[in-house]
Amino acid sequence: MFAYVVRRIAAAIPTLAVIVTIAFFMMRVAPGGPFDLDRALTPEIEARIKAAYRLDQPLHRQYLAYVGDVLSGDFGPSFKSRDFTVAELMAAGFPASLRIGAAAIVLAILVGMGLGTLAALRQNTSVDYATMGLAMTGITIPNFVMAPLLTLVFGVYLALLPVAGWNEGAIRNLVLPVIVLALPQIAYIARLTRGSMVEVLGANYIRTARAKGMPERIVVVRHALKAAALPVVSYLGPATAGILTGSVVVETIFDLPGMGRYFVQGALNRDYTLVMATVIVYAALIIVLNLIVDLLYGVLDPKVRHP
Amino acid sequence: MFRTALMAGALALAAAFSPTLAPAQSTLRVANMGEPESLDPHFVSGTWENRIIGDLFLGLTTEAADGSVIPGSAERWAISEDGRVYTFKIRSHKWSDGQPVTAADFEFALRRILAPETTAKYASLLYPIKNAEKFKKNETKELGVKTVGADVLEVTLENPTPYFLAQLTHYTAFPVPKHAVEKHGKDWVKPGNFVSNGAYVMTEWQPSSHVKTVKNPNFYDAANVKIEAVIWYPGEDRAAATKRFRAGEIEVATDFASDQIELLKKEIPKETRISPYLGIYYFAFNTAKKPFDDVRVRQALSMAIDREAITDKVLKTGEIAAYSFVPPGTDNYGEPAYVAFKGQGYDANKKKAIELLTAAGYGPGKPLKITIAYNTSENHKKICIALAAMWKELGVESELFNTEVKVHYNNLNEGAFDVGRAGWIADYNDPQNFLFLMQTSSGKLNYAKYSSPGFDKLMDEANRTVDLKKRAAIMREAEAISMRDLPNIPIYYYVSKNLVSPKVKGWIDNTKDIHRTRWLSLG
Repeated sequence: MFAYVVRRIAAAIPTLAVIVTIAFFMMRVAPGGPFDLDRALTPEIEARIKAAYRLDQPLHRQYLAYVGDVLSGDFGPSFKSRDFTVAELMAAGFPASLRIGAAAIVLAILVGMGLGTLAALRQNTSVDYATMGLAMTGITIPNFVMAPLLTLVFGVYLALLPVAGWNEGAIRNLVLPVIVLALPQIAYIARLTRGSMVEVLGANYIRTARAKGMPERIVVVRHALKAAALPVVSYLGPATAGILTGSVVVETIFDLPGMGRYFVQGALNRDYTLVMATVIVYAALIIVLNLIVDLLYGVLDPKVRHP
Repeated sequence: MFRTALMAGALALAAAFSPTLAPAQSTLRVANMGEPESLDPHFVSGTWENRIIGDLFLGLTTEAADGSVIPGSAERWAISEDGRVYTFKIRSHKWSDGQPVTAADFEFALRRILAPETTAKYASLLYPIKNAEKFKKNETKELGVKTVGADVLEVTLENPTPYFLAQLTHYTAFPVPKHAVEKHGKDWVKPGNFVSNGAYVMTEWQPSSHVKTVKNPNFYDAANVKIEAVIWYPGEDRAAATKRFRAGEIEVATDFASDQIELLKKEIPKETRISPYLGIYYFAFNTAKKPFDDVRVRQALSMAIDREAITDKVLKTGEIAAYSFVPPGTDNYGEPAYVAFKGQGYDANKKKAIELLTAAGYGPGKPLKITIAYNTSENHKKICIALAAMWKELGVESELFNTEVKVHYNNLNEGAFDVGRAGWIADYNDPQNFLFLMQTSSGKLNYAKYSSPGFDKLMDEANRTVDLKKRAAIMREAEAISMRDLPNIPIYYYVSKNLVSPKVKGWIDNTKDIHRTRWLSLG
């Protein structure tokens, strides 16, 4: 198991290197630069600024210098924000994103698996159709529609929850963004759980358990759910990626100080260093989470064991 | 008797306690439409930064509640006969840490922003100061700024610059605390190190969440500052900011989306404030490129635009159709020089436009083909579609070319466009701040690459002229040339759009859209 983890991490390094390289050069071939402003700079000022950010050097030099900096733990100055370095911005943004993202994942798993199980147990009844219908709606409505809709209803009309803002991460402020982030994942997870649950409930060992007179609650929770959870666990990797990309939209709409927002703003502002740092953190996060999912799979499924 | 005494006692008690009860809700919350790049006045370039920084620092001159120029850090000044030497008497006042503000702080600030190694994007705004441009280019160590006494600052200019006092309200001319900058270096703007001389001081800045500023007890006029604290939310999403406003989470939103205007006018008409703004929305022709080097083509295309249709049917937010480059109501000017076809009627103009195009060699057999470039925005898109439709009436075939903002301005700067959308918001209230965009010497800012010796000569002459009336006449003559040559075609004069809660008192709509918090109060 330990050797497996080490191997996986070693394999992640070239992956990260490729991602960093591609991102660096793609960012640079995009037309327009960080200092193309609606108020053009005078030549002497532009030259000074470009020199300060090494933009006057050939691209391969800039790349090597950047990689060198990153390896020594320096993510560089932001091209846009002068008063904070990229590392400071990430340190400020990451906890916020983590908080919303983690809450959304937990909510998605709990509600999604709960609804999925319910639908499977009441298969082909109105409960089943209603849950799955709702799930389809959750999948099809994009978050940039759902978010304004929910804020309009709960923020403006009912005035129950704040429309936007971080407010030091107060629960009240997190409710709507977390729900918007979790909704599509709830829908996917509910559908996955229902599907595998229906299959598992028809399996021989469940029939055996029931035949032995085991209470239905134990049959469902202890035996069926564990097996039915496998597809959900393998879906957690894509779910995390979905939540990360969702946070890009949600953080902007809810005015939350997270990393996803830096990704959008950074790309639009051509804030090269900030975008690179978000790419690195996102890539590392997805690699690590996929590893965790694989390990978890080994724990849940005896057929998969990591030597 | 006893009862009256009791009543009186209760009243006295109430009176004694009421001052502590009164300022309970005295925090102003603003959706500022942008995250500041910095709070160091030398390193910013946006209106959203100006809103915060102008609360934090007090320039030699400053803005009154209505945006007009009034004494700030300087309590008075004298101007030499030739209009080139300004002697400022700095008022006795303190930085927020208790240190006195001196003339040396101003000299330090001006030398800092103009130093060759300072990467200040907007330093060129100070080039009217003697030797400033050469100083920036590292060609001289002399600068026309001198500390004459602890509280006397002397500034010498290249030319008599009648807008200089107005320009001093701009953040590029704000003082910075020499002692704090020398002690903390770049980190002097961090909460804890931050020192300012304005009505407010910054105490908290959580990136992408908010900036918090609180009343500066050392501000010279602190007795009249009523709002205790301001929270500035970046809030780039205008629709979300509007909703926050409607939910009562913020008192001011500094912009709203035009497409919501009908809803806003119906639901919160009193809070929705639209007011003329010193800015011009225009399209630039690439005059370095055929056929836009032909004045007849430019005139024809400009004439065929039904500007009122754009303002009244497309935008619907009170913008005014523009027939000049300098907006009416600009100081030191009077009536701008309008294009000749103003008021001639759309049909007559269209007929004339077809004649001009025919004379330039275009017609049904050989249609003029152009690309209209704009940066991503619903409004820009709608306007470009309208232009294409209006030009189609002349037999012109237009293609729309949409890019994101950085790419768009890169193309404009590099001359890679036919007709490109642009806009300009004044930095200071003077016609020069609009007209200079068409001077040859403006380089990249002159997107049209317009170069008219006659226009340039008049602008230089205006720069040397002290008499305001004469100067206005010269500039009007210059504008008349540009409105005949039409390197840029004016479309509309901007309006400012704010949502302001009725709780906010003292808000006066003005053409600079400047509302310093020191003049506001919360009722």
